[in-house]
Amino acid sequence: MGRTMASKIWDDHRVAAPEGEPDLLYVDLHLVHEVTSPQAFESLRLNDRHVRRPELTLATMDHDVPTRGGRAAADEVAERQMSALEENCRRAGIRLFGMGSARQGIVHVIGPELGLTQPGMLIVCGDSHTSTHGAFGALAFGIGTSEVEHVLATQCLRQRRPRAMAVTVEGALPLGVTAKDVALGIIARIGVEGGRGHVIEYRGSTIRGLSMEGRMTVCNMTIEAGARAGMIAPDETTFAYMKGREYAPRPDQWEAAVASWRALATDAGAGFEHEVAIDAGRLEPYVSWGTNPGQSVPVTGSVPSPSTETDERALRYMALEPGTAMESISIDRVFIGSCTNARLEDLRIAASVVRGHNVHPKVRAMVVPGSASVKRQAESEGLDAIFRDAGFEWRDAGCSMCLGMNPDILRPGERCASTSNRNFEGRQGSGGRTHLVSPPMAAAAAIAGHLVDVREFN
Amino acid sequence: MEPFKRTTGVLAPLDRANVDTDQIIPKQFLKRIERSGYGPFLFYDWRRQGGFILDRPEYQGATFLVTGPNFGCGSSREHAAWSLLDAGFRAVIAPSFSDIFKSNGFRSGLLPVELPETAVRQLIDLAVRQPGIEITVDLESSLISLPARGESSGWEADFSVDPFFRECLLNGWDEVALTLRQDADIARYESTRPGWLPISR
Repeated sequence: MGRTMASKIWDDHRVAAPEGEPDLLYVDLHLVHEVTSPQAFESLRLNDRHVRRPELTLATMDHDVPTRGGRAAADEVAERQMSALEENCRRAGIRLFGMGSARQGIVHVIGPELGLTQPGMLIVCGDSHTSTHGAFGALAFGIGTSEVEHVLATQCLRQRRPRAMAVTVEGALPLGVTAKDVALGIIARIGVEGGRGHVIEYRGSTIRGLSMEGRMTVCNMTIEAGARAGMIAPDETTFAYMKGREYAPRPDQWEAAVASWRALATDAGAGFEHEVAIDAGRLEPYVSWGTNPGQSVPVTGSVPSPSTETDERALRYMALEPGTAMESISIDRVFIGSCTNARLEDLRIAASVVRGHNVHPKVRAMVVPGSASVKRQAESEGLDAIFRDAGFEWRDAGCSMCLGMNPDILRPGERCASTSNRNFEGRQGSGGRTHLVSPPMAAAAAIAGHLVDVREFN
Repeated sequence: MEPFKRTTGVLAPLDRANVDTDQIIPKQFLKRIERSGYGPFLFYDWRRQGGFILDRPEYQGATFLVTGPNFGCGSSREHAAWSLLDAGFRAVIAPSFSDIFKSNGFRSGLLPVELPETAVRQLIDLAVRQPGIEITVDLESSLISLPARGESSGWEADFSVDPFFRECLLNGWDEVALTLRQDADIARYESTRPGWLPISR
């Protein structure tokens, strides 16, 4: 009986396995941001405890940061949270890529782009979208603030071993269908609770064919299916992405590292508690109609008839009638950004749709790069000019309107085509209505002024 | 963390599935750097819309919340558990919880109780039909009970909780202190880590 990749990484990180208790696991990389860490640092101080391994910890500012006007544009409370992070990192000796740093960005964008995220690692962060890092064959999951404190103090976590689920996607992706649509298609199939208690391993030719950016999008959305973590076996695509990055293994360590990464893949005889098969050829560009990410349909479809009280509530909140064609739904705002879809590849594909067009006069559209580095690269390719010329706002890096903790929010009643991950009530601003889409779909919607099938759009 | 042994109090119903942590505590209240004071902002948007069930006088001061499946999905914000605690809740009863919310509950002293859907339905109906009704949640015996009173018959259901977190909650143990005692194990593990693993300096 072989082991799954998740099991191998779990076993490799087990510090202790006390009878009847959760396993004690060692954390290789602890990512920290300004919103979920201040209470953890405060508790360490009150208990006279110190940070065990500051050099295995990295902090950035992303949730609160204004995306234009610099730090001066932050409100007083956000400024207090950013100052607290600076002070906490200074005292503990933790490296911080704060506002203004060339390496600042959304925590799940900078980990991989710096080469800090590597196969076989155990990575945690006080943020549910930590599942993103699983794209490298790492075991990565979100934790609460009490656990952030526990990791700061001990570099370990107590966890029960999750169950294993395999989601296998086979076949070539049809034109216009992206990794985001694969993710939304999977969630539409298994539901927002479908992965609860599990680590999902994504397998199959479609997944292997995705770029690292695409794999990150799929793993990022794993939490929206309720799973603990998502992961993909590392391969040549992974190694090629990592080679030469700032924190990747040095040339003299590279071969040994790659050899150990190759051994991570799930053994042939390993079993999964649940298996789901998806035919990529049947996937289409997806659009969410409701208030959770499982409530989505192909863009060619229409708003479904409600089958539960949850559906009815969602339709009322979204102000939609059953039977309405998705493509007929007008939008007010477009947001291209977030840890799901704000990497260079996402901006390139969105720009390729936008080129030569103008944003619809009644739509306000913005692009928020995932990191300062993504922003620089995009500008060096001239993507910013394409977006600006079309009428998009071109912003600084941060989480921005994915969760609206900074000034970028929807007004009540505004409808937004968004490349982010959650369409919960009020997520992008109280009373705001979110339709989750891929970057090319968001770009096309900005130009058309309504949701539109990017495959038909020119 | 305040220990949880046996508590009696009012049961409040929230008959909704997939209540996400953005609803429990909206993002504009996450900018504070304290662990307390979130109670007034619990379910902020829903309360502001008016007619919210938890605002009815009979449910004021409620100790238990009974709700639908997948409670606490979405964001990892522990502020969700803190806001429920700050508003006076000691336990949430549901058919299922998101993994992170459940962990946050255990670690902050808010007991997540999983019961079968039929039992949860009975409790929701009970709390709706007899507003202000009190139940007892006993972690030591892992039993939820409602004593027979007058014409109404009693009700009880047993539940199971991870034995480790059960001990932590019963005793109010500090998990960090427990792990710090395993320093030798941790140091031994650290000496075996591969040399290529990154350090952030």
